[in-house]
Amino acid sequence: MNEHFLEIRDVSKIYRVGGIIGATKIAAVDHVSLALEAGKPQILSVVGESGSGKTTLARMIARLIQPTHGEIFIDGKSMSGSLNHTQMKEFRRKVQPIFQNPFESFSSRKTVDTYLFETARNIAGAKNKAQAHQAVDQALTSVGLTSDRVIGRYPNQFSGGELQRVSVARAMIPRPELLVADEPVSMIDASLRMNIVNLFKELRDQYQVTILYITHDLSTAYYVSDLIAIMYRGNIVEYGPSSRVLKQPAHPYTELLLDSVAKIGEKWSEVMSLPDMETKEYGYSACKFAGRCPYVRDICRQVKPPLVDTGDGREALCFKLVDYQNVEHRPVTTDPITTDKVQEHAI
Amino acid sequence: MIRIKNISTFYRTVQGTVKAVEDVSFDIYDNEIVGIAGESGCGKTSLMKTIYGNVESPMYIASGSIELEVEEMGQKKVISGQEIHRYWWEYISYIPQASMSVLNPVVRIKDQFLDSFLQRDVRTIGKQALLDRMAAYLQELELPPEVLQSYPHQLSGGMRQRVIVAMATFVHPKFVLADEPTTALDVVIQRGILTMLMKLQKQLQNTFIIVSHDMGVHYQITDRMVIMYAGKVVEIAPTAIIFERSLHPYTEMLINALPRLGDDVQRTGISGRPPSLLDPPSGCRFADRCYLADDRCRQVEPALLELEPGHFVACLKREPGKEWSAHE
Repeated sequence: MNEHFLEIRDVSKIYRVGGIIGATKIAAVDHVSLALEAGKPQILSVVGESGSGKTTLARMIARLIQPTHGEIFIDGKSMSGSLNHTQMKEFRRKVQPIFQNPFESFSSRKTVDTYLFETARNIAGAKNKAQAHQAVDQALTSVGLTSDRVIGRYPNQFSGGELQRVSVARAMIPRPELLVADEPVSMIDASLRMNIVNLFKELRDQYQVTILYITHDLSTAYYVSDLIAIMYRGNIVEYGPSSRVLKQPAHPYTELLLDSVAKIGEKWSEVMSLPDMETKEYGYSACKFAGRCPYVRDICRQVKPPLVDTGDGREALCFKLVDYQNVEHRPVTTDPITTDKVQEHAI
Repeated sequence: MIRIKNISTFYRTVQGTVKAVEDVSFDIYDNEIVGIAGESGCGKTSLMKTIYGNVESPMYIASGSIELEVEEMGQKKVISGQEIHRYWWEYISYIPQASMSVLNPVVRIKDQFLDSFLQRDVRTIGKQALLDRMAAYLQELELPPEVLQSYPHQLSGGMRQRVIVAMATFVHPKFVLADEPTTALDVVIQRGILTMLMKLQKQLQNTFIIVSHDMGVHYQITDRMVIMYAGKVVEIAPTAIIFERSLHPYTEMLINALPRLGDDVQRTGISGRPPSLLDPPSGCRFADRCYLADDRCRQVEPALLELEPGHFVACLKREPGKEWSAHE
């Protein structure tokens, strides 16, 4: 068995923005690396604001788009680039996507079971009607639905929450090992949201599914995930166990995000004001957060920050954690937090 | 103040009449931030449009009235219905949902600003004087004066939203209605806009009415909350009371369904779904999802009663004389 179930190795996605002349390149995802241990189903939240690259990353993992650079491995096998028919089939059986708006994932003119049976036949490899029925039944049971409540019905006969459940059931038919869920609850009302989020926990525990939960909502991310990756302008700026990252953020951006959430039970303190940044941040070669960071120093604007292992299972892309030392030239060995490992961030 | 009296706002559709808001009455006071909360389809946006007097087919007011108290030439007077139109911008302004797309993409901000004034005012005050005042006002809202010369696409989402808020509050209207003012924005920008709204309200001493589905937004900025469910107002109370000891089971279950950063309590959603507003059930509309409901709840419609000063609840189980305690 491979050491890593999912490994993202130095992945980038570059988009060209603008016309034929004068187009600029934007790295929606900028040299991201990440690895999940094998044999241990977990929920990994990828959190970020719009334009952070979280959806692009998810789409690359689900093979909906191809990375410009870098590779993605599942069970040690590269899943980037072109795959032959058998490899593609295996990939689809292992990795299933769930989309944001369930009303857009299903055609309003087809009964939802059409999709369920198609998935059972084409991806899960059901050979006949009976097998397909069995696969669909099992998947519906896994999400707490029953066939008689789902089969023969059209999308508009469900509430948003129920329909999202059906789309999770569809994704569960081939018994996948990884679900890639892009903002699966953002279109769902608050009173129904928890039903879906709790379902993810159940699937992890009972069906050993690893879930990649892409969201902008820190509260549900905190609630559901084991691990969390905070993205900013194409980089993962902080990564680690979710409770630690969200309770004692290491990166100033995580801190800012946590400060900005409209929380219940704790009123905002001081008035803060931050400039609204534009696309030029993507192009910064040094720290992309430097323009908004309260702890910024000169070095942050000149040199790309290192990926620092904070010693408590976390990694953050920040100079503050190494006392603003340029580790490229002067390796730090005395600081207790940094003795473990200071890697230069891959360029 | 604004008096909302027995308002019913319906929509004509092919399937029949959608009763978006039905028999809603409450008062909005001077100098407060009122939040209207509820989930999609509960009628909060329809109610806002009704208050603003912006009722366009297929929407219509089936019954009731909106009364707006205004002061004109030193005299108090009450206006209602179609008259409200004449007081737009000056007394009551509206920040619509998805206001990002409200700005005209091919007109400079300054011209859109000037367009929102009566020609008469522009002539008496003078274009340049007005623009100078705007530039100063924009600066107060942390926007550079160059914004006036730009086109909307040159501004970020947060800046556009600030421009809209600036336009809606420039002449210091007594009432500002904002429908999901920060929904499409990132949290950091959201906090900036909400802080700005709070500051403005303190400065202008006027009334803001904020519609949002996000209970966190209400917690942070509102003084009082109106909770709606399936076209009805189910609870009204000061915001702190809503979060600490709400009395309507829907409010209570909704707040309990929200995960909070840093706490590890297991949360559960509310099962079921809101009833269709084409043919709402008799009795309490929340009965099918309520943990307290009995047969009577499904037959008798609860009235919105003031159970303690300033705390209104529409629930048969909470009516005076009934044995109950909060969060039983």
